[in-house]
Amino acid sequence: MKRLSLFNVVSLTLGFTFLYLPIVLLVIYSFNAGRSVAVWGGWSTKWYGSVFESQQLLDAAWITLEVGVLSASVATILGTMAAIALARHGRFHGRTLFSAMVYAPLVMPEVITGLSLLLLFVALNMDRGFWTIVLSHITFTMCFVAVVVQSRLSSFDRSIEEAALDLGCTPFMTFFRITLPIILPAVISAWMLAFTLSLDDLVIASFTTGPGATTLPMKIYSDVRLGVKPEINAICSLMVAVVTIAVVIASVLTKHQEVERERAERLAANAP
Amino acid sequence: MANPFQAQNRRWMVTAIPYLWMVVFFLVPFFIVLKISFSNSEIAQPPYSPVFDFLIDGWDETLDKLASLTTDNYLRLIQDSIYSSSYLSSLWIAGSSTAMMLFIAYPIAYGMARAPKSWRPTLVMMVILPFWTSFLIRVYAWIAILSEEGLLNSALTWLGVIDEPIQILSTNTAVYIGILYSYLPFMVLPLYSNLEKMDDSLIEAAKDLGCTQIGAFWRVTFPLSLPGVIAGCFLVFIPAVGEFVIPDLLGGSDTIMIGKTMWEEFFNNRDWPAASGVAIALLIILMIPIMIFQTNEARQQEAGR
Repeated sequence: MKRLSLFNVVSLTLGFTFLYLPIVLLVIYSFNAGRSVAVWGGWSTKWYGSVFESQQLLDAAWITLEVGVLSASVATILGTMAAIALARHGRFHGRTLFSAMVYAPLVMPEVITGLSLLLLFVALNMDRGFWTIVLSHITFTMCFVAVVVQSRLSSFDRSIEEAALDLGCTPFMTFFRITLPIILPAVISAWMLAFTLSLDDLVIASFTTGPGATTLPMKIYSDVRLGVKPEINAICSLMVAVVTIAVVIASVLTKHQEVERERAERLAANAP
Repeated sequence: MANPFQAQNRRWMVTAIPYLWMVVFFLVPFFIVLKISFSNSEIAQPPYSPVFDFLIDGWDETLDKLASLTTDNYLRLIQDSIYSSSYLSSLWIAGSSTAMMLFIAYPIAYGMARAPKSWRPTLVMMVILPFWTSFLIRVYAWIAILSEEGLLNSALTWLGVIDEPIQILSTNTAVYIGILYSYLPFMVLPLYSNLEKMDDSLIEAAKDLGCTQIGAFWRVTFPLSLPGVIAGCFLVFIPAVGEFVIPDLLGGSDTIMIGKTMWEEFFNNRDWPAASGVAIALLIILMIPIMIFQTNEARQQEAGR
C-alpha cells in the first residue's frame, strides 16, 4: 500500500480546512447567544426559535421548496427526454443546435439567463411571480439533468434494450421496463441536483420574480445586505444540515444500488 | 399489438418536446435580448422602444420602427469608461483568481490522487459536499469572518499580529477569497480525475532514468495533467467573469465587475437596453473561452475511447 508523503498530508489537511472551516464557524455562531458575529456570548438556540417565528422567512422557505420540487420534477422529465434524444436518436435534423442549446446554459452566466428569460416573459405579457420562477428554473436545471442522465445512458450495455425490442417489447415499454430501472439512480441524483440548484438560485429568481414571490435566497440576500443577522446564521445552518443529510443518504443509496447492479451483472455474465 | 406508427410518433416526441422547450425558453429569449440591446431606453412600461406588434402596426409602421433601432448602447459600451473598466477588471479578477486557484487546487488534487484507493471516494465526496450547500451561504459565511469586528480580525488581534482591525471585507481581496473558496471544487475535481488515471510507472521510469522527484513532476506529471488543468481553469474562469453575488456581497463600491454593472444597470437604473447590450458583449467575450473549453472536452472524450 502506498503511503501519503508529508507534503500530501499537509496539502489535504489545509485544503479541507479551508473548505470546511467557514461553514463550521457559521454553524457554531448560529448558537451564539449574543448578536455579535465575533464575540461569543454563550450557547443559545434562541435564533432558531426566531426563525420559526418569522412568518416572512417561513413563507419564503415554503415558496422555495414548492418551486424546487415542481421545477426539479418537470426538469427531470424534460432533461431525461433530452438525454435520450442525444444519446439514442443518432443524427437527427437539427441535432447540433439542440446539443448546443442543452450545453450552453451550463456555462452561461446567470445574469444573462435571468435577463433573457425576464425579457421573454415581458414580451409574452406574462404576470411575473411564482410560475415564471418555476419556468426559468426548469429551463436552466434541465440541462444539468440531461448531462447527468446522458453520461449514464452512454455507459450501459445497449444489447439489453435491443434484446427487449427483439422479444417484442415496444420502444415505450422497453424504456419503462429496461432502460428506466437501469438509469434510475442517475435520474434520482439528477433530480436532486436540479432541486438543489433551484433552492440555491438567487440571480435568476431575482430577475424573473414578481410581486408576492420571494424565495429564501432572495430573502437571505436582502437581509444580508442590511447587515449580518443571527437569524440568518440559524437558517443557513438548517439548510446546511438538510443538504448534508440528503447528500449522505443519496450517496449511501447509490452505493447500495451500484453494489446490487454489479452483483446482478456478474450473475448475468456467469449464467450458462 | 403495438402500432408501429404510434411508436414512431412517440420517439419523435421524445426529441421534439425538450427541443421546443429550449427554443422557446433559451433561443428566443436570446434574440429578444439582442433586439432590446438595439432599442432606446424609455421611461415607460416596458422601459424601451420600439415595441413591435406586427398585427397592430402593419407593414409600414414595422419598417419605421425598425429604422428607429440604434447602436447607441454599443457605442456607450465603448465610450463610457465604466463599461470598459468593468470588463477589464472582471477579466483580470477572474484570470488572476484562476491562476491562484491552480496553485491551491493542484496540491489538493495531487494528494487525493495519491491517497489509498479506499479513501478516494470519501475524499471526492468531501470536496463535493460544500458545493451542494447554498452558494449564497458559502459567500455569507465569509462576511462574518472578514468583517472589521469579524473572526479573522479578532484572531489576528488576539495573536498580536495586528494592533487594530484591518479592512478586508468590501475590498478586492475579499472578492478573491470568495472566488477561490466558492469555485475550488470546479478546479480540484477535473485535476483529480486526470491525476487519478495517471500511470505511476511513468514517474518510476523517469526516476530510474535519473530524474529527481521534482524534476519528474515537472517533466512527466504536470505535462500529462494539462487537459485537466485546462478544463479546471475554464470551469473557474468562465463563471467567475460573470459573477454577481461575490463582488456584490464581499466587494466594496470600488469593486467593479461586469455582472454587478449589469445588475445595477437593470435594477437600479432600469435601463433595460443598456443591460441587454452589456449582456451581449459579455457573451461575445465569453464565446472564445467557451469554445476552447468545449474543444478540449471533445478531444478528451475522443482520447478516452
